[in-house]
Amino acid sequence: MGDNWLGCGVQQVLITSAKSTKMWVITSGAPQEHLRRPKLAPPKAIPKTIENQRVYDETTVDLNDEEVAFDEATDEFAPYFNRQTVPKILITTSDRPRGRTVRFCEQLSTVIPNSHVYYRRGLALKRIIPQCIARDFTDLIVINEDRKIPNGLVLSHLPDGPTAHFRMSSVRLRKEIKRKGKEPTEHTPEVILNNFTTRLGHPVGRMLACLFPHSPQFIGRQVATFHNQRDYIFFRFHRYIFKSEKKVGIQELGPRFTLKLRSLQKGTFDSKFGEYEWIHKRREMDTSRRKFHL
Amino acid sequence: MHSDDVIWDTLGNRQFCSYKITTKTQNFCRNEYNLTGLCNRSSCPLANSQYATVREEKGRCYLYMKTIERAAFPRRLWERVLLSKNYEKALEEIDENLIYWPRFIRHKCKQRFTKITQYLIRIRKLTLKRQRKLVPLRRKIERREKRREEKALIAAQLDNAIEKELLERLKQDTYGDIYNFPIHAFDKALQQQEAESESESDAEKDEEDEEDMDKREFVEAEDSDLSDFEDMDKLETSSEEEQEEEEEVEKKASRSKAKGKTPLKGPARRKRPYIEIEYEKETEPATKTKAA
Repeated sequence: MGDNWLGCGVQQVLITSAKSTKMWVITSGAPQEHLRRPKLAPPKAIPKTIENQRVYDETTVDLNDEEVAFDEATDEFAPYFNRQTVPKILITTSDRPRGRTVRFCEQLSTVIPNSHVYYRRGLALKRIIPQCIARDFTDLIVINEDRKIPNGLVLSHLPDGPTAHFRMSSVRLRKEIKRKGKEPTEHTPEVILNNFTTRLGHPVGRMLACLFPHSPQFIGRQVATFHNQRDYIFFRFHRYIFKSEKKVGIQELGPRFTLKLRSLQKGTFDSKFGEYEWIHKRREMDTSRRKFHL
Repeated sequence: MHSDDVIWDTLGNRQFCSYKITTKTQNFCRNEYNLTGLCNRSSCPLANSQYATVREEKGRCYLYMKTIERAAFPRRLWERVLLSKNYEKALEEIDENLIYWPRFIRHKCKQRFTKITQYLIRIRKLTLKRQRKLVPLRRKIERREKRREEKALIAAQLDNAIEKELLERLKQDTYGDIYNFPIHAFDKALQQQEAESESESDAEKDEEDEEDMDKREFVEAEDSDLSDFEDMDKLETSSEEEQEEEEEVEKKASRSKAKGKTPLKGPARRKRPYIEIEYEKETEPATKTKAA
């Protein structure tokens, strides 16, 4: 565009404005070829994201790993995945739940099929658990409440399964979700588990999958999603419809919440004497922004 | 010198006593050796040279006594007697030690001892039950976690991820026969195969179609929220029709690839040479929801 003034690489660039007054600006340096010929522009770099830059976790599970496959065949969830047990869930809260927590429990029980909500009357969990096992419950969910909002979730797989303690945040009840659909029906939803890659994430993912009955009813077109991103597990419940083979529309029903794993303990709930597989230790584990554990 | 009345007159009644707490209805005494906790002439440990209390330390109860003989020796002022763990025995011990003491002090000591044992029992019971642990929230950490969660949510792009996953599952045929969307390669193969036998079967099937469309009810899902979706009805009809006819399939494919939202009604009625009409709707359907 500009002529090579002085012949030494200093270029004049013509800037025309709307009123067609011309201004000449001298730019020094090599003539900027890529302004003139876009094909010579340097290739667009891949933007760095935290997911890209994530510190490589050596416990990442390779799906074809034999050891992992063997583990999964013999761990506590094997009966569920072999279809020997049907999930039956007991949902309860901490003492004296307030309105929001109670409503959340009810909605959660509509989302998870075959679940029952029981009022916790100050009973000790250690006493509840043998009773649950006797009545064939497979999972126990305790929603902890603080100042009238639910803020924690203890998920215990019952016949001596692991217990996971999550911190729960961003709980939205059905009426707070914009543009929601009608109520979730009784159909068994499908389950989507995303990004549970590491050695720790895998059993957590399986544990969440164990809550839902094995064969979903596709007629209901409902899907429950647990999406793990940077150690936060987002739960959503949608109804989907395939508009064509390449397009699907989803509509959010159901409550939504976010979980963050705090600890994973072998065996049923026993906070004092249980054997912890993983505890979130802030000082050691929160040091790097790009290191995630799930 | 150690006249109790004088002390009471100055400290208790008139001037300032640092152990005294006044409230609207009553005066309390903060002195740790006070027997009743109230600020009275008979309960003030400063204004009574002969005084006794019961106090507990680490679960054991002691009887403390003060006599006027030791008034000059503050270090040895309070004499301490360990009381037995047995309730009745301890009461007897109190009686024994406070024999010939004023009735008031004896009575109050025993009362206080009873109260103390009762609360010790309750403590022991409570420790056996579940205890609620209060964990302080750290503001900086809470803020940090909240911020990270928001960013993770944005990075997650949940809607896209879910849609992608569902389409994957559709492709991998997990839904089986429910959805009969035409697949590309399938079409082309069919197209070639069925090029010959079309014209005949077309005529017949068109008639069938018209009848069937009248009879057909859409009972695919029990829930009645099909009306939520605009295109739902059209989609249902077309998918039902397609189940019969596979030769029409490739036409649908080419039409669904066309731009915008083509109406999905009536591909069945077309014969082999047809005119394709494209509609382009400018507005997005309201059914597409975004994560709030």
